[in-house]
Amino acid sequence: MANEFLEPITEQTFYLNMGPQHPSTHGVLRLFLKLDGEYIVEADPVIGYGHRGHEKMAESHLYEQFLPNTSRMDYLAGLIFNHGYVAAVEKMVGIEVPPRAEYIRVICAELNRISSHLLWFGTYVMDLGGFTPFLYSFDDRENILDILDRVSGSRLTYSYCRFGGVSRDVDDEFITATHQFVERLRSRWDDYHNLVTKNVIFIHRAKDVGVINRELALRFGCTGPILRAAGVPYDIRKAEPYSVYSELDFEIPTGTKGDALDRYLVRLQEMEQSLHIIEQALERLPDGAIKAAVPNKVRPPRGDYYFAVESARGAVGFYIVSDGTSYPYRLKARVPSYGNLQVLTEVLPGTLVADTISILGSIDIVVPEVDR
Amino acid sequence: MSLEDLKEELSKVVEPGDMVPRDYEKDGCLLEIKARVDQVEAVAKAALEADCFLESIAAVDFTNGPQIIYQFNSCTSISRVLVRVQLSRGESVVSIGSIYDAALWYEREVFELFGIRFDNHPDLRRLLLPEDADFYPLLKDYGKVHAFRSTEEIYGE
Repeated sequence: MANEFLEPITEQTFYLNMGPQHPSTHGVLRLFLKLDGEYIVEADPVIGYGHRGHEKMAESHLYEQFLPNTSRMDYLAGLIFNHGYVAAVEKMVGIEVPPRAEYIRVICAELNRISSHLLWFGTYVMDLGGFTPFLYSFDDRENILDILDRVSGSRLTYSYCRFGGVSRDVDDEFITATHQFVERLRSRWDDYHNLVTKNVIFIHRAKDVGVINRELALRFGCTGPILRAAGVPYDIRKAEPYSVYSELDFEIPTGTKGDALDRYLVRLQEMEQSLHIIEQALERLPDGAIKAAVPNKVRPPRGDYYFAVESARGAVGFYIVSDGTSYPYRLKARVPSYGNLQVLTEVLPGTLVADTISILGSIDIVVPEVDR
Repeated sequence: MSLEDLKEELSKVVEPGDMVPRDYEKDGCLLEIKARVDQVEAVAKAALEADCFLESIAAVDFTNGPQIIYQFNSCTSISRVLVRVQLSRGESVVSIGSIYDAALWYEREVFELFGIRFDNHPDLRRLLLPEDADFYPLLKDYGKVHAFRSTEEIYGE
């Protein structure tokens, strides 16, 4: 591709570099676009600017030492990655997690999912030119960060889960604050819908834009809200229930067409479902221990294992090969944004440059997660 | 589509002895296929026929040569299948990018991290590493690793 710079091209087509530093790429992502006037002929996402080699790091670290790396892959849903990794190792070693810890994990993971969706909501609408909703959603999101900060000690890159449980117990204040937050966010839905969902400019920017149907999504291995917006009710929390999700009642919102508007609506409904999950989990939160007795160094039996969880962007999986020592022999993280971003090579051609912003925003990628 | 459909499709292309059931409760996978290099394309087509999507492609380096692990799953009922392909050092595999578009990036990643070449790949450039990288970082002889083992030491075969 790079050599094509040197070759004469026709008068109509030219290349445009969107990124690596572009306000709407949400991280360091470069979109290499071949344009015919304002229409995209070819799109090539160039990734790897944030490649830190987490998978290589895993091979020289103890299972325990690798834990903080997981939340740094997807820094917007760090707790869910944390949960996935910890649950994978627990399954390998055969650790029983106390029910209270599982409920705490679910509450925190759902709070994290909402905070991720709220950030997406604000930035997506800001990409499309609406600044006010961003301030609303960040105001709400700040409440979650405060709540999670109190229990985990950090605002973004949580390492709250531990093998066998969580690092700290929650107190009454956490429960009260979470209840208050649920109430608060519910009371905000009207504002959100009035400001954005019913906004005619927003609808025109999102409706019928960037259609990803079922067939296309499956060919590229898209998961999460993108696949659900195409009408496929696939959610790891239902498909292979982990933790205590099988005991909780919730629905999987789906769309019909798979355009940017459907993806927007699916995410808004997902936040409401997450609130519903949190309420149930708070109600059932049992008493008891928050951490099982776990050896200082875990040594999973030989073999290979896979464990999947549902992050805010789709199916996250850890494929771990163990050689029976306390170091992973190989750790491969299957991240949802990988497929979700790759689908752009097929979706973007034929659309306007202006729609690129809307499509990219509606896909909700976190670039460091793709780069790992 | 269920796991049974997938098994039926797969039984057309691999010998029954190469299909090993796995314990989902224990390791999260339902079926393992030991495929030869020349069966990869047929296996991928069978998975597509059974309405599966490509969940991931991973590679693991062993003293007796790298392994590629293709992972398929269905979004209608859980049917996670691992397809394990043992390569000798320097051996290449045929790309399944024409069957699953998702494979294009996964194969580029495996290529740059392990140096495994994919035949017929339309665009085998580096993906995560700099374009001029001349090393394969996930090989066990690169950088700091804890151990370098053979498949026998891990899977006992």
